[in-house]
Amino acid sequence: MTSSRRKSYGVKGAPYAFLLPATVLFALFFALPIGYAVYLSFRKVHVSGLGLGSGARKEVWAGLENYTDTLTDSELGHGALRVLGYGCIVVPVMLGLALLFALMLDSDKVRLAPFTRLAIFLPYAIPGVVAALLWGFLYLPDVSPFYYILEKLHMPQPNLLDGGPLYLAMSNIAVWGGTGFNMIVIYTSLQAIPAEVYEAAKLDGATPLQVALRIKIPMVAPSLVLTFFFSIIATLQVFNEPTTLKPLTNSLPLTWSPLMNVYQDAFRKGDIYQASSEAVIIALATLVLSFGFLRAANRRQKQEAAR
Amino acid sequence: MPNTTRSRLVASTIAVALGATALAACGSSDSDSKTESGPVSLTYWTWTPGMDKVVDLWNKGPGKKDQITVTVKKQASGDSLVTKILTAHKAKKAPDLVQAEYQALPTLVSNDALADISKDVGDAKSKFASGVWQQTSLGTDAVYAVPQDIGPMMFYYRQDLFKKYGLTVPTTWEQFAETARALKKKAPDKDLTTFSANDSGLFAGLAQQAGAKWWTTSGDKWKVAINDSATKKVADFWGGLVKEGAIDNQPMYTPAWNKALNTGKQIAWVSAVWAPGTLTTAAPETKGKWAMAPLPQWSSGENVTGSWGGSSTAVTTDSAHKAAAAKFAAWLNTDNTALQALAKDSGIYPAATNAQTSGAFASPPAYFSNQSDFYTKAAAIAKTTAPSAWGPNVNVAYTTFNDAFGAAAKNKSDFSAALDTMQNATVADMKKQGFEVSE
Repeated sequence: MTSSRRKSYGVKGAPYAFLLPATVLFALFFALPIGYAVYLSFRKVHVSGLGLGSGARKEVWAGLENYTDTLTDSELGHGALRVLGYGCIVVPVMLGLALLFALMLDSDKVRLAPFTRLAIFLPYAIPGVVAALLWGFLYLPDVSPFYYILEKLHMPQPNLLDGGPLYLAMSNIAVWGGTGFNMIVIYTSLQAIPAEVYEAAKLDGATPLQVALRIKIPMVAPSLVLTFFFSIIATLQVFNEPTTLKPLTNSLPLTWSPLMNVYQDAFRKGDIYQASSEAVIIALATLVLSFGFLRAANRRQKQEAAR
Repeated sequence: MPNTTRSRLVASTIAVALGATALAACGSSDSDSKTESGPVSLTYWTWTPGMDKVVDLWNKGPGKKDQITVTVKKQASGDSLVTKILTAHKAKKAPDLVQAEYQALPTLVSNDALADISKDVGDAKSKFASGVWQQTSLGTDAVYAVPQDIGPMMFYYRQDLFKKYGLTVPTTWEQFAETARALKKKAPDKDLTTFSANDSGLFAGLAQQAGAKWWTTSGDKWKVAINDSATKKVADFWGGLVKEGAIDNQPMYTPAWNKALNTGKQIAWVSAVWAPGTLTTAAPETKGKWAMAPLPQWSSGENVTGSWGGSSTAVTTDSAHKAAAAKFAAWLNTDNTALQALAKDSGIYPAATNAQTSGAFASPPAYFSNQSDFYTKAAAIAKTTAPSAWGPNVNVAYTTFNDAFGAAAKNKSDFSAALDTMQNATVADMKKQGFEVSE
C-alpha cells in the first residue's frame, strides 16, 4: 500500500523534475534579465546640486518619463524609417536570390553542386563586422580597386557612402552575408520533396520551369515563411554593418538604426534607464511585426489547405 | 542571421549587470584609508601599452619594500572604460586604480567612483603645470587623480610640400585659411587638411585654445557655454573653410585618410604631441618629411594652445587600500625611473614637467628625426596650454558633436547651428538628470 502510493507520487513528480532545469535556466537567464530591463526602464538617476561628491546621485522612480522620451524621440522614429527602407531592399533581394540559387542547385543539370553550395554559403561564415569592414574598404573611393578601374575607364564614380546609394551599399553587405544561410534552409526543404511528385509532374509533361513554379515553390512555402520571419528580425536588429561603416563617412549618424540608438544611450551617454525603455519598445515592435507576419502566413496556409 | 549575435550580446550585458547587482549585496563595506599593515595587492585598469613593464619596476622596487603589489588589467581606451568603471562601481567592485581621461573625471566623480587622495599624494602637485593639475581637482581642494600624460596641440605640416607650393607656416588662423586657399589655387586636387567630425577631442581642444569654458560652476549651479562666442568663432571658422571648399570634410582615421596623408593629398594636420605615433602608422612613406610648429593663434602675438587627449591615474572609492593605491599613482607619474620607463615602453608624453625634456625626450621621435628640437619645442608649447573646463556629461556633448557636426560637414551647412544642437542636448541631459543648470 505505502510502496505503491510512493510509486505513483514519484511518477506524478517526474515531469516537474524534468522541467526544472529548463525552468531554472529560463528564469535566470531570460525572464530575470528581461524583468530587470523593464524595471530599469521605469527608473532614472536624480542628481542634487552640482552632483559632485558622495551621495549626490540617487536612483529614483521615473514613472513613464523614459517611455514618453522614447516615443517622442524623433531620432528613434527616423532610425526606424531608415531601417524600414533598408529592409525593403534587403529582404526581397536576399530571399529572392536565396530561392533562385536553391532552385538552381536542386535542378538536375547543375554541375559542381557541392562546391557552388559552399561558395554561396561561405560569406555567412564571415563575421558581420569583418564583412562590413571588407566592403567598407571597397566602398572608399581612395582605396578601392573598383574605383581605380572606374577611373581608368573614365566611368562615373558614384559615392556609395552617402544618401540613397548608402542604403544599397549597406543592403549589399547584408545580402552578401545572408543569402547563403537562407539558401541552405530552402535547399534543404527542396531536398525533402518526395521524388514521386516530380515523376508525376514529368508524366503530365511539365517543363522544368513549370515544376519549379507549380511544385517546388509551393512546397517550400513553409521554409520561405521561416526565412522571411528570420530576415525581418535580423533587419530590425541591424547594428554591425552601420556601426562598422560609421567611422568611414559623415552620412551615418550614431543613431542610424534603433539598436544603435540604444547602444548610444547605454554606452556613450551612460543612461541605461533610457536605453532600457528603448529596448523594451523595440522588443515589443519586433514581437508585433514578426508574430503578426507569422499569424498572417499561417492563416493563409490554412485557407489554402482547406481549399 | 548575422545580427542576432548583437541582441545576444545586449541580453548578456544586461545579465552581467544583473549579476553584478546581485553580487553587490555580498560586497564588503569598504574600510576607509587607514594605515596599512601587511601585504597589499592592487588591481589597475589601464589601456597604456607596455604598462605591465612599468608596473614590474614598482613591484620589484618600491612596491616590494612597502609590500604593495600592483596587477595590470589591460582595458580598451576612452569612453568604453568609463562605462565599465561605472558598472563595476555600481557593484562596489571597481578596481583599486583606473586610468581616466581628464574630461571623464567629472563624470566619474559625479558618480562617486573616485576617491579624494589629496592626503596621500604628497608634494605631487609641484611636479605639474597648474593648468594640468587643476583638471584633477575640479577646482576644489580635493585631488581625484594624478596626471599621467598630456596632449598639447600643435600644427604638423609637410615641410617639402610647403616649400614646393611656396607656402609659409601659418602663425594665425587667418593665415591658416589663406594657406588653405593658396594651396587650392596651386593644386586643386590637394587639401591643406580636413575637418573631421569623428573625434570631438580635437574640436574641444581648438575651442579651449580660443578661450572657451564649456562647463563652469557658480554656487550650486552649473553653467554650460558650449555655444559661447569663443567656440562659435572656432565653429564658424572651420565651417567657412569647409563651405568654400578650401579644406576637405571627410573623417580622420579612415583608410582614405591614411592614404591622403601618405600620398601628400593632405599636407597638414592639426594634432597633438602624440601625432608622431599616429603618423608612423598612417603615413609611413613620408617619414622625415613632416615638421611641427606651434598651433596658429587667433591674434598675432598670442601664444596659447589647447589640449587633445591626455589621461590620469585615479583611485576608486571601492578600493580597500586607498592610501597604498595613491602612493603607487604618485610614484608612477612623478618618479623619474617610472617616467622614463613610461616614455620608453609606453610612448606617452608625460604630464610631469621635468620629465618632458629629460632622458627619452632628449632626442626627437624617429619619425621626426629631421627636427632635432622636437621635444624642446613641445615642452615650450605644453607650457602655453589654456585651462580646460570639463563637466559631468562630456560624453553627451561629444556624442552630439559627432552627429551634428558630421551632418553639417557633409552638407557644408552652418556649423554654429550644429554647435547650438550640441549645447541644447547637453543642457537637456543635465536637466533630465536633475543638475541645477543656470540659463
